[in-house]
Amino acid sequence: MADGTKDLLNLDELRAEGGLTGRRHLLSLLVENRPGVLARIAGLFSRRGFNIDTLAVGPTEDPDISRVTLTVDGAVHPIDQVTKQLHKLVNVIKIRDMDPETAVAREMALFRINAAADNRAEIIEFTQIFRAHIVDVSRRSITVEVTGTTEKIDSFERMVRPHGLIEMARTGEVAIARARPES
Amino acid sequence: MRAADALCEALKAEGVKHVFGIPGGASLPLYDALYDADFEHVQVRHEQAAGHAAEGYAKASGNVGVAFATSGPGATNLITAIADAHMDSVPTVFITGQVRTDLIGTDGFQEADVTGITMPVVKHSFLVTDAAQIPDYIHKAFHIAKTGRPGPVLIDIPQDLSRMEIDYEPITGAPKLPGYQPNTEGNIKQIRIAAKALANARRPVLYAGGGVINADAAEELRELAASDRFPVTCTLMGLGAFPAPHEQWLGMLGMHGTRAANYSMDEADLIVAIGARFDDRITGKLSEFAPRAKFVHIDIDPAEISKNVPAHIPIVGDVKKVLPKLTGEYRALAADASRLDEWWRRIEGWREQYPLHYEDTTDQEIKPQLMVEEMHRATGGNAIITSDVGQHQMWAAQYYDFSRPRQWLNSGGLGTMGFGLPAALGAKVAMPDEQVVCLAGDGSLIMVCQEFATAAASEIDVKVFLMNNGHFGMVRQWQELFWDERYKSVEMGPSPDWVKLAEAFGWTGILCDRKDDLAGAMKTALETPGPVLLDVRVTPNENCYPMIPAGAAARDMVG
Repeated sequence: MADGTKDLLNLDELRAEGGLTGRRHLLSLLVENRPGVLARIAGLFSRRGFNIDTLAVGPTEDPDISRVTLTVDGAVHPIDQVTKQLHKLVNVIKIRDMDPETAVAREMALFRINAAADNRAEIIEFTQIFRAHIVDVSRRSITVEVTGTTEKIDSFERMVRPHGLIEMARTGEVAIARARPES
Repeated sequence: MRAADALCEALKAEGVKHVFGIPGGASLPLYDALYDADFEHVQVRHEQAAGHAAEGYAKASGNVGVAFATSGPGATNLITAIADAHMDSVPTVFITGQVRTDLIGTDGFQEADVTGITMPVVKHSFLVTDAAQIPDYIHKAFHIAKTGRPGPVLIDIPQDLSRMEIDYEPITGAPKLPGYQPNTEGNIKQIRIAAKALANARRPVLYAGGGVINADAAEELRELAASDRFPVTCTLMGLGAFPAPHEQWLGMLGMHGTRAANYSMDEADLIVAIGARFDDRITGKLSEFAPRAKFVHIDIDPAEISKNVPAHIPIVGDVKKVLPKLTGEYRALAADASRLDEWWRRIEGWREQYPLHYEDTTDQEIKPQLMVEEMHRATGGNAIITSDVGQHQMWAAQYYDFSRPRQWLNSGGLGTMGFGLPAALGAKVAMPDEQVVCLAGDGSLIMVCQEFATAAASEIDVKVFLMNNGHFGMVRQWQELFWDERYKSVEMGPSPDWVKLAEAFGWTGILCDRKDDLAGAMKTALETPGPVLLDVRVTPNENCYPMIPAGAAARDMVG
């Protein structure tokens, strides 16, 4: 739709914006570090019927500002609407819909796995393959710390689950934009 | 200075002339400060009324309305009004007392987590944790309440903090709010595309909402409409943004709108939504709403754009700034006005075939529609009209022909029964030289009738015209039409003797149950000094038509 004469605009060619993107979105929010801010974000999601897949909150380099990293399924919720509603919260300063190509995203998880004598060696082998760490051992179980992409943690879970996954705790992803190579 | 006194100074600095409220334990320091304040406190009889009065004050004047309540039940009584102000984007500031900081979280006497309870229904809220924050929070609250998309802001102040000594310095200028920067200008490229779309449209409609009134942009809307013969319709909240009657005026649209307005939306090829939000009462069945149309959506709240109906040309901005640019760009295109001739012939056809109508009685029974027409005549069409929620509200919207913005104050989004009387009190306090009439429903008025005392005590000269049909009329209508006439709990039963009730509060009460007496009774009511209740007995089972049945499409209107 270039500028120029009015004849260049045919109403039939106009396309509506928005809609579902069909992929998972990782939103990185900078918010004021104040009591109640997380409640406002969580409340917004619940009253608008949006579902948060994962959520991680922590400090940033600026003590007045916290970072909230959350993942939302863009196949279920119009991500445009989610970010615009989040922007309406006065305590939300900035929102980035992190592009997987230009962001580094990591998650940490702890797994406590059944590890009797017959499968202990195999669990240790998985731990090495996934560059994970054993952080606790008992006679019957091993606790492993895994850090990496969500997909890596998912596949570690798939590997160890048949051996008896006693307990799992995941942090949810945190992310940061990649610096340009020249900067 | 004591923090409570600093609060009053800060309110004064924001231009506050009146506040509405009720005192209580946790707000004792605030009320002690109000004793010496340079503005007036109107003591209401229920906190909900304080909130609605603040809304009426804001809607009538455009200035921020302020309500006070104490902690716990005082504050929870405000919540309906806060939610109402949120839905209808009313610039309001609510100031609540909270229990002492050492009691917070202990389930102390009259403790309620008011910032928590109100979180879903405020534009923003502040819980004071340090007395020195109070002047800053007041300044921020007013800024947030009245800029961007207006709305309610709550400030909760623990009792001990409002008694502390603080340094007070008046705060001016834009407050520091890094997460709050409304975009007002509108993207000029998008505006140019919208102008071209208008120039190419053969069946355009301007669909204006309450945002036009909030932005004080009625003049700018008229200019755009006048730049060509664009048909204009308004939502319930937008009535008065375009003068009725007018040759380009289609009437209100939506569930009880005119066929001309709804059919125009149904067949339009381009709809320009201006400060409107495609509520379900407008769209009817969403999947069949305006199936042939492309949408230009102008709104200051980006989240409204494409929320319900995807926009083809989104424009984020203040309609007061965007509309003149759009009008200018459109005029520069010198579009051929004759392209709209066929569209207007179609619209004229609907207007002639389906005017608003009702069957008047042949005896002395008063039809509710006639009552609204008679109100228009008696007030010269000039009064500020407030209403409650239900049939009478829709009949007022259909038959009063509002000609200017801020003339029609009602609860649109939340649909709060009992809004009318307290809103009228607030409107009259804000605009003492205007005639303020509350068109009340009998189901609604009884919910807030304690406010007769407020009008009497504070000498607020409002007139209440009660459309008394003895029913929750709109619910009765739905039970009749969609629930097999299984009438349940919709009759008001032995209603009070309204004339005596009014007189008991020190009002003048007048009864009218004959058509021939109606004009005279209204004249008397309007000319009698002080608050007057006119109890008009109307047809008990009249239905409000036309109507888009719930879940149906506009083209399937009935009645």
